[in-house]
Amino acid sequence: MNDSAAQAGRHGATGFHWLLPFAGIVSLLIMWDLALRFSNVPLVPGPLAVARAIVELAQKGFLVKHVVASLFRVTWGYLLAVSVGVPLGILLAWYRRGGLALAPLVEIVRPISALAWIPLAILWFGVGDLSSVFIIFVASVFPLTVAAMSAVAGVSTTHWNAGRNFGLSARQIARRVLLPAILPRLLVGLRLALGIAWLVVVAAEMIAVDSGLGFLIIDARNAGNRYDLVVAGMVLIGTIGLALDASMRRIEGLRALRWSYAAAEEAA
Amino acid sequence: MIPARKPLPGRTKLAIRGLQMAFRTEESEVRVLEDLDLDVREGELVCILGPSGCGKSTLLNIVAGFLAPSSGSVKIDGEEVRGPDPRRIFVFQERGVFPWLTVEGNIGFGLGRLARAEREKRIGHYVRLVGLEGFEKAYPHELSGGMKQRVEVARALAVDPDMLYLDEPFGALDSITRLEMRRELLRIWQTEQKTILFVTHDIEESVQLADRVVVLSARPARIRRIVEIDLPHPRDLSSRRYLELRDGILEEIGLAHKI
Amino acid sequence: MTLRQRLESILLPIAAAMSLVAFWAAAVRWSGTTVFPSPAAVARGIAELARKGLLLPYIRDSLLRVAAGYGGALAAGIPLGVFLGWHPAAARAANPVIQFLRPISPLAWIPVAIVLFGVKNMAAVFLIFLASLFPILVSAMNGVRGVSAMHRQAGRNFGLSRPALLARVVFPAALPEILTGLRIALGIAWIVVVAAEMIAVNSGLGYLVIDSRNAGKRYDLVVAAMLLIGVIGLVLNLLVQRVSRLRAVRWGFREETP
Repeated sequence: MNDSAAQAGRHGATGFHWLLPFAGIVSLLIMWDLALRFSNVPLVPGPLAVARAIVELAQKGFLVKHVVASLFRVTWGYLLAVSVGVPLGILLAWYRRGGLALAPLVEIVRPISALAWIPLAILWFGVGDLSSVFIIFVASVFPLTVAAMSAVAGVSTTHWNAGRNFGLSARQIARRVLLPAILPRLLVGLRLALGIAWLVVVAAEMIAVDSGLGFLIIDARNAGNRYDLVVAGMVLIGTIGLALDASMRRIEGLRALRWSYAAAEEAA
Repeated sequence: MIPARKPLPGRTKLAIRGLQMAFRTEESEVRVLEDLDLDVREGELVCILGPSGCGKSTLLNIVAGFLAPSSGSVKIDGEEVRGPDPRRIFVFQERGVFPWLTVEGNIGFGLGRLARAEREKRIGHYVRLVGLEGFEKAYPHELSGGMKQRVEVARALAVDPDMLYLDEPFGALDSITRLEMRRELLRIWQTEQKTILFVTHDIEESVQLADRVVVLSARPARIRRIVEIDLPHPRDLSSRRYLELRDGILEEIGLAHKI
Repeated sequence: MTLRQRLESILLPIAAAMSLVAFWAAAVRWSGTTVFPSPAAVARGIAELARKGLLLPYIRDSLLRVAAGYGGALAAGIPLGVFLGWHPAAARAANPVIQFLRPISPLAWIPVAIVLFGVKNMAAVFLIFLASLFPILVSAMNGVRGVSAMHRQAGRNFGLSRPALLARVVFPAALPEILTGLRIALGIAWIVVVAAEMIAVNSGLGYLVIDSRNAGKRYDLVVAAMLLIGVIGLVLNLLVQRVSRLRAVRWGFREETP
């Protein structure tokens, strides 16, 4: 019951809790470098080469250009997906029959990977930004729909009944009970979908013209086997993905929303 | 009518001396238990009574060996307690039951070393003892709270421990089930003759069950008083002596008994 | 579920699907497009694939690649995740590495995969392995970490050694969460196999999507392949859901409190 408290007592202050994660990253970098020195893989770059490549990109002004281009496409595709998927999911969960009818269809379209949509995207939108945004949209909209559906399903019957008890109309219930109640879970779904959207940016930018981190990765290899740039692109994608995830988590942690985690802990 | 179990001049089973417990956080030290001395004799049912958060669960966890005290000693049968031990089983609330095992699986959990026939016999005996015949193959999520609690008690008894520690085991049950469970516990205690340490915040419960009630103060907890309950079993809840004892404890804790 | 609800849950989707198909057919005819296929054309495309003896082999190849990559992720991810969950210090060290590698699209690993394995099956399998590894690893780690202290204490109380505690208490308790991770990972594996096949190999449903377009603008086959991908993905998901309904793990998936 109080094992952790006793452990904290035994290990003293917890001021060095950042030390371990830091050590983890550093050891990874070291292992990467050592592995390259001792093996014979010719093309995979070491950490220093990648760092130099990032600096090169920054100096040539490409760093900002590519990052902004990718963020731009992801933002548009994601926001479109949110404005379509979340209301759709809420409706599907609210109208039971609608949900029963359409949810399986959503489940069929969901496993189709973003890449598989490329031919259709090109057919409908040609090559360029619109196609990329469409791919990101398609990849995020289905997880968002499902997340919204499950958030609505997760509203406790007690809360529905309380709303009805106070004489609220259906629209009032939707506004004053449903929307606040689904917000915590929905935010988690939004965060995960943002992660998917960001993940898909590489696929989406295979049909982009000349900018973006995904484009950078593919082009750097095709146009000259610049694997240092490829890995630099991967590193940048990973970092920005982390930052996006962390920002969403901060929103989730806002006091107004923390009630959901407290409730979950109480029930545990 | 079974005459009152006078504290036998029998062996001391559990001896606590000078027990202190403090939790250290980043800036401060929280003293939870202070200077506890207690003897429990073999076969006794002792209740540890105190308000929520006073440290009584901490005390039980230390006695059971899950926590190390800051100072002081806990000895059972003369041996220092060094860690959890299958001879002394801790009964949690019904959430302590293992949800991935059936009733049978739970009760038989500690019986791995027995031969199969012996195991099945024991499991059967304890299933009957706690009144769960017919539910052997059920999973805990299919049972009510009271039934899950009974599974946990059976699981504890099946390994034939000398001591049982119960930490507010009936807290999550409704009051009717609680009364039934108390009766069950007393019946089992009288049949199996174990030494039992029972933590509760419920004054009535302590007077209904215990041979002695150890009343703890609020944090940091010290022993305010040890009340000897000299009522015979089965206890008449409206007898004068029962009410006297109960009111005495209420007064000790400083509570009026009119709302 | 009542009989009526069961009927509804089967008939309503079918009705919705049929109206969607009808709408699709009408839209194709009304817009006069020559490129985008009608439902009938897609059906004929599937029949053609079957006739040419390509349908089943392509499906089989995709499934085999998933099995290999996913199986590898299971074999590596569960033990590693359990280890990390059991040793919190190791988890704290490994966590930033995991959180960093996770958002990197499997596609971005393609160049690495090709360098390591060439343009062959193994590259695709490697990508699937990487993509499935993280959900499994994270869910195993969180599952083990989330085992209630009460259950671990009860295990120690009964005198279990550490390996026995792990096997008889911690792992069963973590199983529901691990299964959720397995389901998510399987979904990801199926998505990635299709993507990987577009780049690196020459058989399978993903290859079919790209090749049908490139080798002759056969959009009927493109859409046919997409539908097959979707349906098989749904079937895989349903299979894993059945596993989580087994009585020994169902306890972990109940939403209502008793």
